[in-house]
Amino acid sequence: MYQYDDYDQTLVNERAAQFRDQTRRFLAGQLTEDQFRPLRLMNGLYIQRHAPMLRIAIPYGLLSSRQMRMLAHIARKYDKGYGHFTTRQNLQFNWPKLEEVPDILDDLASVQMHAIQTSGNCIRNTTSDHLAGVAADELEDPRPYCEIIRQWSTLHPEFAFLPRKFKIAVSGSVRDRAATQVHDIGLQLVKNERGEIGFEVLVGGGLGRTPIIGVVIRPFLEKQHLLSYLEAILRVYNRFGRRDNKFKARIKILVKDTGKEKFTGMVETEWAKIRDGLALDEAEIDRVRAFFAPPAYEDLPTGDAELDRRKLDDAQFATWFRHNTVDHKIPGYRAVFLSLKAHGAPPGDLAASQMDAVAELADRYSFGEIRVTHTQNLILADVRQSELYALWQALTGLNLATPNIGTAGDIIACPGLDYCALANATSIPIANGIQRIFDDLDYLYDLGDIRINISGCMNGCGHHTVGHIGILGVDKKGEEWYQITLGGSSSNEASLGERLGPSVAKHQVAPVIEQIFHAYRELRLEDEAFLETVRRIGIQPFQERVYGSH
Amino acid sequence: MEVIKDGEIAINEWQHVADDEALPEGKATLSLKRWREEKDGLTGRGTPLGLRLTAADIVEEIVEVLRQFDLIVLDMTQFTDGRVFSQARLLRERFGFTGELRVRGDFIQDQMFFLSRVGVNAFEFPEGTDLENMRRALGEFSVAYQAATDVRDPLYRRRS
Repeated sequence: MYQYDDYDQTLVNERAAQFRDQTRRFLAGQLTEDQFRPLRLMNGLYIQRHAPMLRIAIPYGLLSSRQMRMLAHIARKYDKGYGHFTTRQNLQFNWPKLEEVPDILDDLASVQMHAIQTSGNCIRNTTSDHLAGVAADELEDPRPYCEIIRQWSTLHPEFAFLPRKFKIAVSGSVRDRAATQVHDIGLQLVKNERGEIGFEVLVGGGLGRTPIIGVVIRPFLEKQHLLSYLEAILRVYNRFGRRDNKFKARIKILVKDTGKEKFTGMVETEWAKIRDGLALDEAEIDRVRAFFAPPAYEDLPTGDAELDRRKLDDAQFATWFRHNTVDHKIPGYRAVFLSLKAHGAPPGDLAASQMDAVAELADRYSFGEIRVTHTQNLILADVRQSELYALWQALTGLNLATPNIGTAGDIIACPGLDYCALANATSIPIANGIQRIFDDLDYLYDLGDIRINISGCMNGCGHHTVGHIGILGVDKKGEEWYQITLGGSSSNEASLGERLGPSVAKHQVAPVIEQIFHAYRELRLEDEAFLETVRRIGIQPFQERVYGSH
Repeated sequence: MEVIKDGEIAINEWQHVADDEALPEGKATLSLKRWREEKDGLTGRGTPLGLRLTAADIVEEIVEVLRQFDLIVLDMTQFTDGRVFSQARLLRERFGFTGELRVRGDFIQDQMFFLSRVGVNAFEFPEGTDLENMRRALGEFSVAYQAATDVRDPLYRRRS
């Protein structure tokens, strides 16, 4: 993974020092609340329901074991002993004290981490495919480009005060696991007819209040133009994006109101003026790419007799293997998902003791690296298949081996009303209520691949609009109610969920979801996944089931 | 009154003249609106003229006349309005403005490093501000990744 040199280290050190001074000035009354707000947000600090919330950047979801141990240390020393992984591959602490945040930033800087631009109206953490570098369907590893974008966007002097937040995702695989179509900018590595690899550029996707699928404004962008093209898009947005209404300030509204053709023209005109001056050197791409070179894989046979025997002997292991591990491009290795969705626990939460243990397992089994997924799970990406059984045993002891990855039990949820000041309704109890339907795991597996996303308000941090089943908390005269949508997806053929009908009361959510499952089981064709069924028959049969046919 | 200019504390020689105020003898700045209305009568005036822009003004519209001004003031009415940063860069990098580029109004010291990177070389504060203290904010960072107005090469070209 990328390693800081003196320049990178100096920058995060100076940033931590700057925030220490800003915090001091705020506490001394020299900065007003309004002045301090964007400064703290650009260091990941929210003022929340119970305490400040600090969001720490995990660039494109990649962590070293050393960094994970530091997160454990921070969780213990400054928080209540746990952290929450988010849908954008970051980590949130929900209980830090404002006056201790500068110390946390110093601790993070000591392991080449920071909280820069994890919130605020600026360019946020660039996200990517959690299987980058190991996926068999990958055209090229997207992470070097993510790191190049990270550096370009970090403290960019022109784009620190945008109309609204700005999120970029990069995918290098055939199957889009980075949700590029619902980002402000989505970059998809593609090959042109001459066999060269470059980027397809999408703009104007986004979730939140006005969910929109992004549009392609350039089918092929040569790599050398990556930063100049991003700069052109950002400049057009910074100059012409709406600033009069924060609900209409995202670039998706500018693209929609301007029209795709005209907007594309504005970007291309701007780009023509800056492209030569901002060309990205091939040598720099090579330099950054070297940090993501494959680890020292061994030559291993494709099959493993011991593994096969274990699967036969131990049905629980076999189940875990089937659901929580995936193919690796190198023979003899698999990528292993650590489920942070133990039934009854808050989705995405990890205790400090688990963090330390995961760091240890990463060192022992996976070259000391850990990945964070968009689905709020972790991955050890490079595990030898001969060691899977031992790893599974260790993970089982840590409660990180619930065999539910990709199933309806693998629920994505924001922190909700339990933590978040913006939320209208709780998310975590809803997730746990749905998980209780699956006391019988065979029932869960029979339902197959279903993605359930829960957001506690329309800001949509739980990405409910792209859930196969989306659940959105709304406030109805001081009570928590929930709107349910079906048919959303953030994958290749991205789509926004369609509303099932009137919102339902909190205690009705799990029974309604169960009815949707029943309807699916009755209506599906053989081997048809839930999303396919919804797309084939529409939502009406589900409406009839849930609301009756009147 | 004093300003910070090119990193040093300097005497402010300019008067910002309101739209309904009589034009004084010395160095004066006018709003774009007033300058447009009176520009014919202003050519040939012996003393230097400055132009005040708001964040909403489109810099492309004044390219032809930039050379008439010794000073351009970017008037910030809300420090979170980032359009000013693009205005500054375009004035310097695209349209070659070489005079004084000053910010005034609602900005905070924590923006000075960014502003200096996009070509702003003068900062005007409310009366009574500790300028020596403000001056230090310009040096908060010794590292910058991007090419911008101040440094034409990105950092990676300087890495060993």
